[in-house]
Amino acid sequence: MAVNTEKNTYTVIFAIIMVVVVGSILAFLASGLKDKIGENERFEKQQNILYAMGVNENTEDSGVNFIPTTEVEGEFTKFITKQLVVSPDGSVEEQNDAYLIDMKKQLSALKNGGDAEFPLFVGEKNGKKFYILPMYGKGLWDAIWGFMSLDENMIVQGAYFDHKGETPGLGANIKLRYFMDDFIGESVLDGNRYAGIAVAKGNNDPLNNDKEDNEVDALAGATITGNGVAAMIKETLNIYKPYLETIRTN
Amino acid sequence: MALLSKKDANLILDPLADNNPITIQVLGICSALAITAELKASIVMAISVIFVLGVGNVVISLMRNIIPSKIRIIVQLIVVATLVIIVDQVLKAFAYELSKTLSVFVGLIITNCIIMGRFEAFALGNGPWKSFLDGIGNALGYGVILIIVGFFRELFGTGTLLGYPVFGDPIAKTGLYATGYENNGFMIIPPAALIVVGIIIWVQRSRNKALIEEA
Repeated sequence: MAVNTEKNTYTVIFAIIMVVVVGSILAFLASGLKDKIGENERFEKQQNILYAMGVNENTEDSGVNFIPTTEVEGEFTKFITKQLVVSPDGSVEEQNDAYLIDMKKQLSALKNGGDAEFPLFVGEKNGKKFYILPMYGKGLWDAIWGFMSLDENMIVQGAYFDHKGETPGLGANIKLRYFMDDFIGESVLDGNRYAGIAVAKGNNDPLNNDKEDNEVDALAGATITGNGVAAMIKETLNIYKPYLETIRTN
Repeated sequence: MALLSKKDANLILDPLADNNPITIQVLGICSALAITAELKASIVMAISVIFVLGVGNVVISLMRNIIPSKIRIIVQLIVVATLVIIVDQVLKAFAYELSKTLSVFVGLIITNCIIMGRFEAFALGNGPWKSFLDGIGNALGYGVILIIVGFFRELFGTGTLLGYPVFGDPIAKTGLYATGYENNGFMIIPPAALIVVGIIIWVQRSRNKALIEEA
């Protein structure tokens, strides 16, 4: 059967059929895989939170090694003792599954003057308390986010960063250990001010021996991503400042 | 009997050298600049494009007699976007870690001009088997250049290969760095990729004069 593929009616019918077929394939796939993908994302969040408080399988020279997905749920309930929700006005309440709160939505709600609530996790390991702050910001191309754990003295105990679409080999390196480990031991305070931690170029401290300078060494070729990380930390500290003031001991 | 006829074999071999999509056809330059700062990303991108171009060429070739010519570009775009999304979703469900590595490349694959170029130039006019070979060949040709560029940029830009230090530790000044050698920061920014590709083009054309266009 010869069909005249040049006719307008054929073109329109072809387009409609194509859209319907492709649309159904994708919709079918998306709804079929939704639960599995959701579970993976939940486990990942738990892994990231635990990573930031030092519950991970890193060895001296290894890359980033999380708790395996098969164990992460149990470990999460074991180490995270409290999940809190903090409002910008400083009120705090406990809420189960606060870790599922989407930081992006809360931040835009805050910007638009709506009600916002920010999750915060209290973890305990070997009798030591960790306060883990989630964060969300923007890098060069797309979103960046992470978790950072502090102790009562506002010293960083661990950090985890991730990104959606930073350049591989440059900005994408924020999720590598050598960058994240630099944050450990840095204070987010400068005197009494919540100064955050800048990602600094040319601070003459590439080994990061100076833990008092509120700076870590930047990534070469990734200035904007680095600035994004610094801005994200600063913004997050601002949000959690009222709560952090209540637990701070120094 | 040979596995492929000589003509079929050429579909795979030609794009590797004398009809290379990057160095001869100058297609796919954008992603070649963007992701070759490290070798691992180059390899991942090469594998992804081999898959998408191989399968996409077959799909377009099977549909070649029913696609209305007025909307063929849109149809091609839909096919490649659908393929990429399917792969991305399936990986997200069953190989989450891998999908996170790949997610950066999804957008780059859809917009990769080699893919549209091969759909348009080859798959629309040839049968599925030939189109498959053409797709694999061109993707391999693209991948080879990507890997060469990634190799040199990572080696001289950060002194590592696949993340493993080759020249020693640049901060503690061990290995080659003890002699005063420094990593070349220029190599990790995108213009360096253009220069490396340029050198490859130069070497290739000086070895095979037939490739030089008449002025």
